[in-house]
This record gives sequence, structure tokens and C-alpha cells, in this order.
Amino acid sequence: MTKSATSASDKEKARVAAAKKAALGEDIDLSRYAGSTEEHPYEEDPSRLPARAKEQMLTAGVMLDDPSQRSGTYIQMDNTPVHSSVSQDGVEVMPVGQAMEKYDWMGDYWWKAVLIDQDKYTANIELNQYSGYFIRALPGQKTLFPVQSCLYLAKDKLMQNVHNIIIAEEGSELDIITGCTTATADEPGLHLGVSEFYIKKGAKVTFTMIHSWSPETAVRPRSAVVIEEGGLFLSNYLLMKPVQSLQMNPLARCVGDGATARFNSVLVTGAGSSLDVGSRVILDGRGARTEIISRAITTGGTIIARGYIEGNAPDCKGHLECRGLILGEKGVIQAIPELKGTLAGIDLSHEAAVGKIAEEEVEYLMARGLTRDEATAAIVRGFLRVDIEGLPPLLAEELKRAVEASQEEVM
Amino acid sequence: MLKIKDLSVAVEGKEIIHDVNLSIQNGETHVLFGPNGAGKSTLLMAIMGFPKYKVTRGSIHFKGKEITRLTVDERARLGIGMSFQRPPVVRGVKTRDMVAACLKSKTDDAAIGQLAEKADLSEFLERDINYGFSGGEIKRSELMQLLAQKPELTLLDEPESGVDLVNIVLIGELMNDLLEKNCPIQYRKCMGLIITHTGHILDYVNARTGYVMCDGTIGCVGDPHEMLATIREKGYDECIKCYLGRLPVSD
Repeated sequence: MTKSATSASDKEKARVAAAKKAALGEDIDLSRYAGSTEEHPYEEDPSRLPARAKEQMLTAGVMLDDPSQRSGTYIQMDNTPVHSSVSQDGVEVMPVGQAMEKYDWMGDYWWKAVLIDQDKYTANIELNQYSGYFIRALPGQKTLFPVQSCLYLAKDKLMQNVHNIIIAEEGSELDIITGCTTATADEPGLHLGVSEFYIKKGAKVTFTMIHSWSPETAVRPRSAVVIEEGGLFLSNYLLMKPVQSLQMNPLARCVGDGATARFNSVLVTGAGSSLDVGSRVILDGRGARTEIISRAITTGGTIIARGYIEGNAPDCKGHLECRGLILGEKGVIQAIPELKGTLAGIDLSHEAAVGKIAEEEVEYLMARGLTRDEATAAIVRGFLRVDIEGLPPLLAEELKRAVEASQEEVM
Repeated sequence: MLKIKDLSVAVEGKEIIHDVNLSIQNGETHVLFGPNGAGKSTLLMAIMGFPKYKVTRGSIHFKGKEITRLTVDERARLGIGMSFQRPPVVRGVKTRDMVAACLKSKTDDAAIGQLAEKADLSEFLERDINYGFSGGEIKRSELMQLLAQKPELTLLDEPESGVDLVNIVLIGELMNDLLEKNCPIQYRKCMGLIITHTGHILDYVNARTGYVMCDGTIGCVGDPHEMLATIREKGYDECIKCYLGRLPVSD
């Protein structure tokens, strides 16, 4: 990027934190991965991207052949934006670099939600800044269809550095589907991503993220959300394909009165994968609300499912639910729900359960004539069925399709 | 026809049922009475074929075929259905999914809707099965699933327990449907075996034969209404005494 919104003091912090290990997740040796050297050509018409890339993107919910179902599209290959377009007034979709050229206020949002020196991954994103998306809904505007974005790892042994800014102005509604995927199945790759969300007064953002990485990819997203008065952030995260190592623990701050954050995560993994995925919500606004729900299934890999809710304001309320299912002999699931309350009159709760499929449930279904396999499949399907309140019907349908497609692999 | 011969059943290594003989002809409904712990539910679970209930002696024949070693689902597909007394909650599996599975049709929404209406459960189709259901709702849901499954032999474990007076009328109607009670006797094929603790269900469903189970065996066979009158008047103690008094004779 030619222009930067990073302050001099932040730049210095990034330099200091360049080798700072992350608090969670195995440490990744960044020197194993190359920065981007080669740029990919820009494509006006995303349906003309290579068929193989489009196919991969579709596994992550990104549709390029039927633009009528999307209000906007952003595609990034490795570290190059290869397409950005918008088909609705009141919605902006562009590479962050372009947004910096266009708006002199980008500094008000750049590194204002995520700490630049959180760890070496955030620092590295600053120090080797390439691109990312800027998605914004103007005041009072509502997306008719979801805006989609795709972060695609095309080259082997590459480090993808992404910094995204998402802004929902007052009273707007923004639905985003973001799909992350990779071209190669058996070559190492690293995705580092910072996403900063700003949800203004009375605005609503639905952010559905589908990860479809490869067994050799390491992934370290760093996301944070600031929600103002009466705002709503609804996150749906789906990871159902193998990944080598993934650690993320997004943070939502409900700073305004009555602000709401909801996180739904569905994690399915197999042997050789290591996931450490959580969601954190800080309730600072009076009457702020949150619900964190995660469902984890392992057929052999390790999943740490975290959740953290902190209540600091009167009448705030939060609930955390982690449920894990171990199918097969060697999987590990560790649920770590945490609650912290700092004043009287708040209402925080959690429930967590890790286990195998209850035999009693299987037999109940078998007594209705289902075979053991059919009964097990129905229970797994049910387990993964997270009823997401407030999800637009189109997104709900797509999410359902994605879950159904991948549960077949589990079974 | 269901024919149970010299059946003994053990649970976790302990024999609960000893040498039970019982047969139900097509179109007949039989009733099992007995005090708590007599082994009534164990007998039903063994007929259904749950693995925890191990047949140690004897045999079960259904429709002329020996089913003693068949799995639960094989027996279900052969035409045996069961209403559970305390069915498990299966999170994420909707009541609609269960009815559809019983119907063996994912798409027959009209049939599912009709059954739900009949069982007064239209509002429950999109709810997780048995989650937060009251006693009466569970019973109606079990019967709704069985109506979809259309078993030839229905095993009912205390269909009236935990059910209020309004619900019991509806439950009686659903059971009569299931057991083809509105069909002339000569055309009736469906069989029923009902466990009842209180006998209330006999006011709504007619049964031909009654058994009293005590200590894991059938002590008495007879007219269910007559049996019920005796049990109501004198309690199960009388049945046990009578049974013990007859033991040397039957030996």
C-alpha cells in the first residue's frame, strides 16, 4: 500500500512486538513462509477467474458466477486484491489501500480495535502491509444481498497478510459472507488476518465466515469488534475442513447501552488438526447482551473451545454454551468457559459438555427403524444444527447447505 | 403373532425375568399389570431388543420368525414399535425429523402435519424432540411417532402415567387408532402389549387378556377388567399370595 494510516507510535510498537509470541496457540516460525513477491492480475469480471480457484472459493461460500445474489464482492489472492465491486448504492467495498486514498479519517479506525502489538502476528501484518478489504454500509442503508469476500491462498509457502476494516454506520444493516480457502492441499501456507469491526448506533452486522483451509495451512486471525448503543454483531463461524493449526479468539466490546454480540461457532476437525478457537465479549454498556455458542466435533484432532464473558455494567446479561462431541478414539476437546462479573445485578451463565454420542439416543432412533449409522448421522446433524436467531433467510440457507455438505465428510 | 417362550432376561448380569410365556394373536391387545420392580418394562425392552436386556434363555417369535437375536432397528423394521415411558431428549433433532424418519419420508409434510394435528402437537414439530415436553406431550409425541411408523406390534409402557384427564382421552383415541380398534375384529391385524400400573387406560382402550407380573414372572393370566377390580380392591399382595399358593400346582 502506498498510503498508511498507522501512527508513528503504533509503527514503533509493531517493531518492538515483531518477535512477541502469542498468548495462545503454538508458536509459528514466520521465517518458514515467504512474503508476496508476485502480483496477480486484476479481473473486472470475477466469473472469469480460473475455474479451479472458483471451485475452491465455492467450498467457502463464495459465489462468483451469479453476482445477482451478492451486493458486493471482494477477492484477494495471496496479497493482491484481484477484484472488488459493489452492486448496491449505500454500500462500499474496496481494497483498504483505496479506502485510505479516499478517506482521510481511516486513521480513526486503523488499529483502533485490535492492538497492533498484541503479538508477532499483528505486528507482522503492520510491518509487511499489503492489503485487505474495506466494507462499509452508509447510515441507514441495508444490504439487500450479502457482501462477499474471499481471501485465497494461491502460492505455496506463502504468508498472506490481511488487514480488514468493516464499518456499519448508524442505523445500517450489513450482511457479510467471507470465505477463506487455499489452492493447494498439501503445501504449507500461513494466513494472518486482522479484522476491525465498527458497529455504530443502532446498526447491525451479520458476519458469516467459512474457513476451508488445507491440512498444511496455519491460520492466525485477529479480530475485534466495537459495538455502540443498540448495535448488534452476529458472528457465525464455520470450520469443517482440516487445517494444520488455527488459533483465534475474537473480542467484541459492547460499549454502548443495549449493544448485543452473538457468536456461533461450528468446528469440525480430524486427525492432525489443532484448533484453539474462542470468543470474548466485554459488556460495558448498560443492558448489553451476549450469547456465545460453540459446537465442536473431533474425529481425531484437538479442539480447545474457549469462551469469555465479562460484565461491567448494570443489567447486562450473557450466556455461554460450549458443547463438544468426540467421535472416534483419539480426539481431544477441551472446553474453557470463563465468566467475570464486576458488579451486582449482572446475569452471566455458562454450560459446557464434552462427550460421546449418548447410546440411549442412538437406540431411541433405532427403535423407530433407523439403522445405527442413520441414527448416529441424525444425531450429529442435530448437534451441528445451531439455530441462529436473526440470521437473514438467505444466509441461513447457505449456512445450512455448508453444514450439510461437510457433515457428510464427518460421517 | 407374537410368541414368547420360556424367556429369561438379565440386565447387567442379574436375571430379572424368569421363564415367561406369552402369546398375542393378530388383532389382540394384552395388558401387563404388576407392582413396581416386577419386570414389566424389562420384558418390553427385551421384546424390542435393547442390547442392555440380554436374553439368557428362551425365545421370541414374531410373525413366525425368530427375532431373539435381531437388533432393535431390525425388529422395528419388521413391525415392532414402542412408546417409551421416559424417552431421551435429542438436541437438534426436531420432532418433525422423528416423524419423518418413522414415515420413512423426508418430504411428506402433509402427512406429518396431519399426524401432528391429530396428536395436538402442531406447535411442537420444530422443537427438539422431547425437549421441555410435559408428561402428556411426551406420550402424545410417542404415539404420533408410532402412528407414523405403523407397527404391527405396539409396546406401550405406562401410556397414562403423568397424563391429566383431558390428555388421557386424546391418548386413548390415538392408541385406538394405532391398535385398529375402530376396525372390525376379523380384519384387525395390529397387536398391542400395554404396561399399566393404575389400569386407568382400560377405560379408554379395550384389551382382551391381562397378566400380572410378580418378581419377574407371569403369575396370573385372565380377564384384564376382572384382574383390575381385584388389584384395586386387594392390591398386588393378594396376587402374590394367590400366585405363591398356586406354585406347587404349576410346578
